[in-house]
Amino acid sequence: MDRFEKIFFGISVVMLALFLCALFYASAAMHVHVQSSQEVISVKPGGNLAMAVLTTAPFNNPGVKQIGPHDYEVDIIAQAWTFYPSEIKLPAGANVEFKATSVDVTHGFLIPGTLINMMLIPGQVSITHYRFEHAGTYLLLCHEYCGRGHHTMFAKVEVQ
Amino acid sequence: MSTAIVYQPEQRLELPDGQRRLIALTIYLGFAALAVGVINGLAQALSYAHINIFQYYPGMNSYYQGLTVHGVFNAIIFTFAFANGFVTLTMARGLNRKVHSGLLIAAFGSLALGSLLAAFAMFSGRASVLYTFYAPLQAHWTFYLGLVLIVVSTWITSLNLFVTLRSWRREHRGERIPLLAFISVVTYVFWDISSLGIAVETVVFVLPWSLGLVATTDPLMDRTLFWFTGHPIVYFWLLPVYISWYAMIPKQVGGKLFSDSAVRAVFLMFLCIIPIGMHHQYMDPGISSKLKFATAILTFTVFLPSLLTAFSVMYALEIGGRKRGGTGLVGWFFALPWSDPSVAAQVLAMLVFLLGGITGLMNASYSMNIEIHNTTFVPGHFHLTVGTAVALSVMGIAYWLVPYLEHRKLWSRGLAQAQAWIYAAGVLIFARGMISGGLAGMPRRTAIALAPYSEPSWHLAGIITAVGGSLMVIGALLFFLDIGLTVVIGEREEPAEIPFTETIHAPATVGWEVSFDHLRYWIAIAFVLIVVMYGPFVATHIPLASVGVPFKRF
Repeated sequence: MDRFEKIFFGISVVMLALFLCALFYASAAMHVHVQSSQEVISVKPGGNLAMAVLTTAPFNNPGVKQIGPHDYEVDIIAQAWTFYPSEIKLPAGANVEFKATSVDVTHGFLIPGTLINMMLIPGQVSITHYRFEHAGTYLLLCHEYCGRGHHTMFAKVEVQ
Repeated sequence: MSTAIVYQPEQRLELPDGQRRLIALTIYLGFAALAVGVINGLAQALSYAHINIFQYYPGMNSYYQGLTVHGVFNAIIFTFAFANGFVTLTMARGLNRKVHSGLLIAAFGSLALGSLLAAFAMFSGRASVLYTFYAPLQAHWTFYLGLVLIVVSTWITSLNLFVTLRSWRREHRGERIPLLAFISVVTYVFWDISSLGIAVETVVFVLPWSLGLVATTDPLMDRTLFWFTGHPIVYFWLLPVYISWYAMIPKQVGGKLFSDSAVRAVFLMFLCIIPIGMHHQYMDPGISSKLKFATAILTFTVFLPSLLTAFSVMYALEIGGRKRGGTGLVGWFFALPWSDPSVAAQVLAMLVFLLGGITGLMNASYSMNIEIHNTTFVPGHFHLTVGTAVALSVMGIAYWLVPYLEHRKLWSRGLAQAQAWIYAAGVLIFARGMISGGLAGMPRRTAIALAPYSEPSWHLAGIITAVGGSLMVIGALLFFLDIGLTVVIGEREEPAEIPFTETIHAPATVGWEVSFDHLRYWIAIAFVLIVVMYGPFVATHIPLASVGVPFKRF
C-alpha cells in the first residue's frame, strides 16, 4: 500500500470507530432502544394465527391499561387495514409500553415525531417503550405495504 | 516464469460477432426494463405531491402494482441484465479471449424468460407484492419462478466467467489473473454466495407455498432470508459500476489507476463481508439486540472498501485532471473532460454517491435507524445510490459501450451531456424532498395522494420530491432517445476499443499479495462470517413459526 492510501485508510477507520462510539453512547446513556422482543404467538396445529392472537394475553383484551401510578400498557392488534383500538388516550409524561402484533400480514408501527418505529411480523410480538412529554394528537400509521388499502391504515394517539 | 500481464495495448479484443450481439441484446433488455420502471416511477414521485396519475397507465389497477413494476424492473431486471452483459465483456477483455457462446445464450434465455414470467404476473395484477415480496403477501407462482430464472441467469453468467478463467489459467500457469478479469470474476463469486438467501427463500419456502403444496410459511424466516441477499444485492448493483470507475474512467480522463493491489483488496473485502443484511431488520421483533449491534459493526466495516474506492478513483481523476492542465487544490476537477458525456455522467454519479454513502451510514446506524426506518428517507437514500451512482453511471458507460457494440457513433453528444446534468440535478432535488419528508415521518411505499392522514411538514417535501422525480424521468427519457437513435440511425464507424486503464503499481508476483488470487481462502472467510452472523438467529428461531397464510388483497 502507498503512504497516502495508508493515511486515508487510517482516517476512515478512526472515523467509523467514532461513529460506532456515538451509537453505543446513544444506546447506553441516552436510552435510545431498538426493540428486540422475543415474545411469540404460538399457533396450535390446525389452528390459525388470527384465532391464536385473539385468545393470547394481552391481545385477548386490547387497549390501554394503567399498570402503575405513571405506567401504562397499550396492547394493539394490527389487521389489514386497521389498528385496534384506533383511538388511544394517554396522559402526558406517563411511561408507556406498546405491545403490538399482526393477525395477517407484515405491518408497520410508526408514530412520527417520536422514537416509536417497529415492524409487526405475523407470529411475533413487537414491544417498545416511550414517554410522551407533550400533549397533542399523534398519528400512528402503518409504514409497511400490506395490500390494496395500506395507505388507509392509521390510528390516533391523544396525549392529554 | 513470465511477468504479470497488467495491460496489453497491442492486443485488441476481437469478440466474435455472435457474442457481441448477445451481449448487446442482454444489455438492451436491461435498458428496456429501466425504461418501463422509470415511466412507472413518475406516478410514485407525483403521488407525494398529491397528484394521482397511476390510473392513466394502461393496465395499472393500483399504486402498488406500479410500485412493484418500478422496483422489480429497475432494481432487479435492469441491474442484472446490465451486469450479465457488461461483466461478461470485461472478463473477455481482461483475458483477451472469447467466452463460451452456449452459456451466453443460456444466460440470456433464462433472463428473458424469467423477466417475461415476472412481467406477466405483475402486469396482470397477480403480484402487487413489491420488490421485497414479504410473505404472507402471496403473488402468483409465475412471479417467484420468474425471479428464480432471473437469478439463475446470473449463475449461468458466473459459470461462463469461471469456464473462461479456467481455460485462460491452463495457458498461463503461474501468472497473476489480470486485474480486469479478477474484479469481474470476484463480482460474480460475491453475488453467487449472496444470492443463496433469496434462492432458499423462493425455492424452499415461497414457491411451493404459492403453488399450494404447503399451507403456511414463516414470515420472519422468509424476510430474514430475503435480507440476507437484499443487502449484498446492492453491491452486486454497484460492483459492475466500480469496474468502470476503477478500470475505465482513469483511461477516459487521461489518468492512471494507482494501485493494483488496492483494487483487488477492495473487491475481496466485499466478498468477505456478505452477512450484513440484518441492518434492514433493526426494527424487527424476534432478533436479539446483540445480533443487531453486531450487524451494525460489521456493516460499518463494509464502508471501508467504499471509502477506499473514493480515494483510488479520486486519485485517478486527479492524475488525469492535472495532466490536462488543471492546477491547485480543486482546479484539476474542473479540467476533467466534462465534454465527454461518458465521463460527465459517471463523475456526476460519483459526486451524488458521496451523499448516498453518508445517508447509508445513517441507515446502518443502529439506533439512529429508529428515526428513519421505512420512511421516505430510505428511498431518498437509495435513489442516490442505485438510482444514480449505479443508473447514471450505467448511462455514462452506455455512451461508449453502445457505440462499441454497434460500431456506430453516439447519435448526439450534446443530448447525452444535457441528459446527465438534468438527471443529476433531478435526483438531488428528489432526494432532498424524500429525505426531509422521511425525517418528518413520511412513510415510504405508501400512496400518499390517497392517504386520509397527513402531516403539515410533508407538503413541501412532497412537492420537492415530485419536481425532482419529474426531472429524473426527463433525464432518463433523453438517455433512451439518444441510445435508441444511436442503435437505429447512428453513423457507422470502425470498431472502437474498450477504454482500459494502466496501473502505476503492477501486481506483485511474489509475496503475500499473490494470495489475493486464491479465491478459495476468501470464500472460506465469507462462509465463516455467514455462520457467525446467521447461525445464532437460525438456532434460536427453529422450529419455524409457519403462521403465514396466503394474503392476496392487493
